[in-house]
Amino acid sequence: MMTEECERFDMLIGCETGYFKGVNTVKKKSCNLNKLNSLRKEDEVMLMCWNNEEETEVCLGLRRQLVKTFSVDRLCFTDEVDISGGSGPPRGLAKCEGNLLTCVESGLVSVWNVHHTKTAEFEVGDNICRMRQSPFKPSILATGGKENNLKLWDVQNPEKPVFVAKNVRPDFLDLRIPVWVLDIQFLPGTEKVVVGTGTHAIHVYDPLTPQRRPVLTVEFDEYPITALAVAHSANNVVVGNTRGRMALIDLRKKALAHAYRGVAGSIRCIACHPVKPLVASCGLDRFVRVHDINSHKLQLKMYLKSRLNCLLMKTEDKIVEESKNNSNDTDEMSDEDVDQESDSLWLNMENIGDEENDKQERHVKDVNQYREKKNLKRLRYGSTQTKSHFKRKR
Amino acid sequence: MAFSSGDSNVPESVKNADFEEPDTSLPKTNISKIRNKMRRMTEYVKLKKEKQRLKRIARKKRLKEAKALGDSAPPKKVPKTIENTREPDDAMVDPQDEEVQFDEAMDEMAAYFNKDYVPKVLVTSSDNPHTRTIRFCRELKQTIPNAEFRWRNRASVKKMVKGAIERGFSDIVLINEDRRHPNGMLLVHLPDGPTAHFKISNTKLCREVKHHATWSEHRPEVILNNFNTRLGHTVARMLASIFHYEPQFRGRRVVTFHNQRDYIFFRHHRYEFKNEKRAAIQEIGPKFTLKLRSLQKGTFDSKFGEYEWVLKRHQMETSRRRFFL
Repeated sequence: MMTEECERFDMLIGCETGYFKGVNTVKKKSCNLNKLNSLRKEDEVMLMCWNNEEETEVCLGLRRQLVKTFSVDRLCFTDEVDISGGSGPPRGLAKCEGNLLTCVESGLVSVWNVHHTKTAEFEVGDNICRMRQSPFKPSILATGGKENNLKLWDVQNPEKPVFVAKNVRPDFLDLRIPVWVLDIQFLPGTEKVVVGTGTHAIHVYDPLTPQRRPVLTVEFDEYPITALAVAHSANNVVVGNTRGRMALIDLRKKALAHAYRGVAGSIRCIACHPVKPLVASCGLDRFVRVHDINSHKLQLKMYLKSRLNCLLMKTEDKIVEESKNNSNDTDEMSDEDVDQESDSLWLNMENIGDEENDKQERHVKDVNQYREKKNLKRLRYGSTQTKSHFKRKR
Repeated sequence: MAFSSGDSNVPESVKNADFEEPDTSLPKTNISKIRNKMRRMTEYVKLKKEKQRLKRIARKKRLKEAKALGDSAPPKKVPKTIENTREPDDAMVDPQDEEVQFDEAMDEMAAYFNKDYVPKVLVTSSDNPHTRTIRFCRELKQTIPNAEFRWRNRASVKKMVKGAIERGFSDIVLINEDRRHPNGMLLVHLPDGPTAHFKISNTKLCREVKHHATWSEHRPEVILNNFNTRLGHTVARMLASIFHYEPQFRGRRVVTFHNQRDYIFFRHHRYEFKNEKRAAIQEIGPKFTLKLRSLQKGTFDSKFGEYEWVLKRHQMETSRRRFFL
């Protein structure tokens, strides 16, 4: 069967048709993990999140207010939670200490325990476009939507939001700028929150300061920003808009660092690999693409037949090592490169652990990487020289 | 580096002998080395003549062989064209594919293909249209059964979409003009999209078509050619859904959308069966060419709408052999 061909999945993708796909990026194969005959139009997969830390189970948020749990190991659906309440499709899905947090469009956030019973619920305002959980403090939620600005909530204490954002100042014509939060992400290392808006701006809010307006604003293109992800190096974000422009934005420089090429349709979801410098994007053009953030190269492009809604990357996937695995025919040099690179990545991962000397360590890391690269270059250069020298002698 | 090291063991003389085939037929002169322009030119003419002569001889020889061999002759070589050397495309769909069928059965045009409603089309133009555009719109109205031509009257597209839904229209065809010639077409499927934007070129009105036939009121047949990718399928379904699903074969009217290298050619004919094998066709008109610029999900919203596909010329049109429809 198809699923056997893929063996294992590094990426999971939810589609507008209701299909749920697993992608093996090494073999460049994909397969549908659910069956056609059970699908209806309301089965559109809107959201996805991991059910456990080991990333063996995944929760799918379907349009008809249903959350299904899929076991990636056993390749079957294991659980089902009916999250009906409020109206509209689900806009946010998260796991917090074994409880399931859901948010629907009308603004009802509910907490479901292991036995599928609702233990708490609270209203966060209507027309919600996105709810996200902080990956650093799981009890913190961020919500936002149309005419409903960014709010941070503590699930422990949901009576009052922790932070409420204020709209930006009117423009030069003194016209009010509409509030339209489309995607939210938390910046690592700080309390800051990044927001992509329908008015093509990227705002950074800092809840620690008394200022409720954004502390930083970058504009990108002229179309709504539908997807946002924090890049591998924390000061960059990757954004995508409705016309299929995806770009890396440097928040320190407040400028566009790079625009990725080749995307044809609206981007629905962007995900960055937690360890490697890779960014995956999917959207209405039915392609999933994996770019290298730094070298900007397209690593993978796959056609998946349906419009794609959401995407999850496995942490320990092996996209970079793909060349290593099936490169018996390619030359050895690149193999060594990949080896060394992945080694250095693993080493770096250990370094990040300490939070106190974060900055200094990052600096040291950068210097190390630079040195390594330089050494590599020297090695390569040296080797070519000796080779040519050798030839000439003959 | 890796592959160069493998060859280095072979002695130079052997290597040369291997690679240089004895080619005595063509004089080996490097014309570009000649510095005198006139001489270079004459040499070039000579060389070209010689090449042509050799080609002629080879062709004669081939024909002779083919004649002598009869049926067992090697098959004729197929000439390379841009179409048959098209770049392989992932988005090329197999219409039998389960997932594609399911996707199509759920899309916005599915109701038309289930024959749930009779299409009713609103034809309109940009503000202040001129003679040619008006005539073009009227002829489109004639071609599409159950169509209505309305003056635009400065209406915005978004408002028009709302109004048309209320009045039970199933599609809007909007013709844009530039310098008094139609140059764009917006096709909006109602009530909830998609919206396609086309460039129009080479418009010929009915009276400009040579030996054109007169138009009749019968519902035409629709032919859609070469829409092979998933995007092509969607566009073809949109184009099909503005015509009535039951043609009146008595009228022998046929409308063709022929896709070739991403240009969609629109033709409108009347046919006549001369005998069992042959059919004659006579053009009715109008005729024009469409090229897809963008496909948007939902009804027209150029600012906040989500695009399914946008033509980005400098990123996507980097190869002559890559097509999207």
